[in-house]
Amino acid sequence: MAAVDTNMTDAGLAEFTAEQLAQVDKIIADHRGKPGALIPVLEQVQEVCGYLPMAIQTVVSDGLGIPLANVFGVVTFYSFFTMIPRGKHVIRVCLGTACYVRGGQNILDKMSQVLKIEPGGCTEDRNFSLETVRCLGACGLAPVVVIDADTHGQVKPAKLEQVLAKYN
Amino acid sequence: MVNLTIDNLKMSVPEGSTILEAAKSAGINIPTLCAWPEIHHTPGACRVCMCEVEGQRNLVASCVFPVSEGMIVKTTTERVRHARKLNVELLLSNHPTDCNICIRNGSCELQKVAEAVGLRTVRFEYPQYKEKKLDQSSPSIVRDSTKCIKCYRCVTVCEEIQTACVLQPSFRGDKVFIGPPFDLPLIETNCTMCGQCVLACPVGALYEKDDTEAVWAALQDPTKHVVVQEAPAIRAALGEDLGMPVGTLVTGKMLTALRRLGFDKIFDTNFTADLTIMEEGSELLQRVKEGGTLPMITSCSPGWIKFCEHFYPDLLPNLSTCKSPQQMMGALIKSYYAQQAGIDPKDIVSVSIMPCTAKKFECQRDEMSDSGYQDVDYVLTTRELSRMIKQAGIDFANLPDSDYDNPLGEYTGAATIFGATGGVMEAALRTVYAIVTGTNLESMDITPVRGLEGVKEASVEVGALGKVKVAVAHGLANARKLMEQIRAGKADYAFVEVMCCPGGCVSGGGQPIAPSNEKRITRAAALYKDDGAVQKFRQSHENPSVKKIYEIFLEKPLGHKSHELLHTNYVHRGTDMPHGKKASVKKAKH
Repeated sequence: MAAVDTNMTDAGLAEFTAEQLAQVDKIIADHRGKPGALIPVLEQVQEVCGYLPMAIQTVVSDGLGIPLANVFGVVTFYSFFTMIPRGKHVIRVCLGTACYVRGGQNILDKMSQVLKIEPGGCTEDRNFSLETVRCLGACGLAPVVVIDADTHGQVKPAKLEQVLAKYN
Repeated sequence: MVNLTIDNLKMSVPEGSTILEAAKSAGINIPTLCAWPEIHHTPGACRVCMCEVEGQRNLVASCVFPVSEGMIVKTTTERVRHARKLNVELLLSNHPTDCNICIRNGSCELQKVAEAVGLRTVRFEYPQYKEKKLDQSSPSIVRDSTKCIKCYRCVTVCEEIQTACVLQPSFRGDKVFIGPPFDLPLIETNCTMCGQCVLACPVGALYEKDDTEAVWAALQDPTKHVVVQEAPAIRAALGEDLGMPVGTLVTGKMLTALRRLGFDKIFDTNFTADLTIMEEGSELLQRVKEGGTLPMITSCSPGWIKFCEHFYPDLLPNLSTCKSPQQMMGALIKSYYAQQAGIDPKDIVSVSIMPCTAKKFECQRDEMSDSGYQDVDYVLTTRELSRMIKQAGIDFANLPDSDYDNPLGEYTGAATIFGATGGVMEAALRTVYAIVTGTNLESMDITPVRGLEGVKEASVEVGALGKVKVAVAHGLANARKLMEQIRAGKADYAFVEVMCCPGGCVSGGGQPIAPSNEKRITRAAALYKDDGAVQKFRQSHENPSVKKIYEIFLEKPLGHKSHELLHTNYVHRGTDMPHGKKASVKKAKH
């Protein structure tokens, strides 16, 4: 099962601020007892927390009185919800036709290797998230990597670490 | 009624029937893997039951397609046969091929369906499944997700019939996964270990933790004295797993078979069922007289106990402090019996045969070692005992009868009906009535508490106590209804019986696979026959061996020794998952 990685289970609530948790409680309190509350609650809670780890899902489950299994079922059913945290910096590697032809896949592989995460993942120190995109409209610069708002053109695998070093 | 034609056969069926039901009523069995009479809706997930309906462009799934007037259905056309084969072929392409060593070898519905559609080859690279980790965390149930065919039966059973809501679908498309949230090990979830999901599983994805090897080893060990007890419901169901008709009462053959397997002493859980009535009845009277917590709720069913500990921890004071009959017997075997027989309890291996997977969990609870040792060492389900009997090559149906051993074997009719829903209540009322009034009930049959209605009520005039109102629930969804009433203070019952499994132990999670209401009624009827026509005594306090054990060992109900060996306390578990690996805490007796 590619599906469940038990390592992602319990990071605990410690990583969230008291303010975030208070907001979560308020969202739950506003929706408690209302039918169809689960999805809007998860949506808003994800906005506050950035993602929906087990500890947060447990809070939602307890707060709304909905079994954890049902919360988990909904979170994993909709691709909008994520159980993987977002890094401080988001890296998007372009795999559009032009970038692909000019070695975009090699860039992605190397990036995965350097950061030790799969595309879609987040580094353990939460510094980087790695994503792929299909064409950024900058084909002349292929292969392209976008980090946050910075566009890096004609990236070479050997120079990746140099580029990443700027983001800490 | 609606008129339709299936395979040139004209028929008339009730409105709202599905094609599958209509066909079955006319003797046409359409193969299916997800439709199941036990659950009140059909997931329509397996797509094996495809049929052709005139006027419909596509094939339809007969399990969810309702009949309509004048409908013409064909179930054997080339198109239908091709589609069914293909769908089963696809299921198999994603399923392990270790059928010969699978626990469901011979009783697997996927095997049967593959046979029914005439599948002889699988054209896909075979198998394509990805190995998933085997969940053996629970002492009761093993979860092998690799074999899951996503029929959704266990999901419905766990959510709607037992309301534990542990097994649920997650992810989607080809990644759909049926299991606890986050793929948590079962022991860390709110699983009650009831095993109803095991009865629902068509394949080997959910099954009992098999302890037969350990028991074989104990039986072969000359230094061990192996003692066995059997729950009431076993004698009403073991026969059918060994080729006899459903509901055959096989007490005598069962005892002979156990002796042939090599057990040294054969006692009967029914003896401690009688003892339970003495203790629980006295506890009820004490609570009524001294203003204790009421209603008092029975504590025989370990699945119910774990459910209560998770979902209704505030009602734990309502639970009777009595151990279940299995655990009372366990404690007595390694104390009273060891003393009487002059055997060192450390050399005793105590085995119990139960209709129940939750009992495997119960015997490992920290509280259950009041004899100084783990009171019950191994619990085997009915299915496991049946397996051992088959392995030993015993011709069960033709065995002669034999009798239990003393001093822990003798039982009354009141004990044997523990196996059916309402039985504990009926047995308790018989004895409580006799203690309070000094006379026997006019009729020993208290019929309002019998039968399969979800929640049953009765009220009995008990001498000086006046009207005693009681309620009985079986299946945890029904128990939940009753608990909500009690929690809200809207229930004026004195005594409540709860059995975890629908129908009570006769249809427990360890019983022969594929339950039905018909089987529940037939098995229960066997127990009521044992009570009404076979046993000499029908009231627990009349059991001569029970009288004797109070005389020479326990002194009196609720006495010091009873408190030490026969009573227990409960754990506040709550519903926060994951629970710690050790699902119970150290005891602190109150």
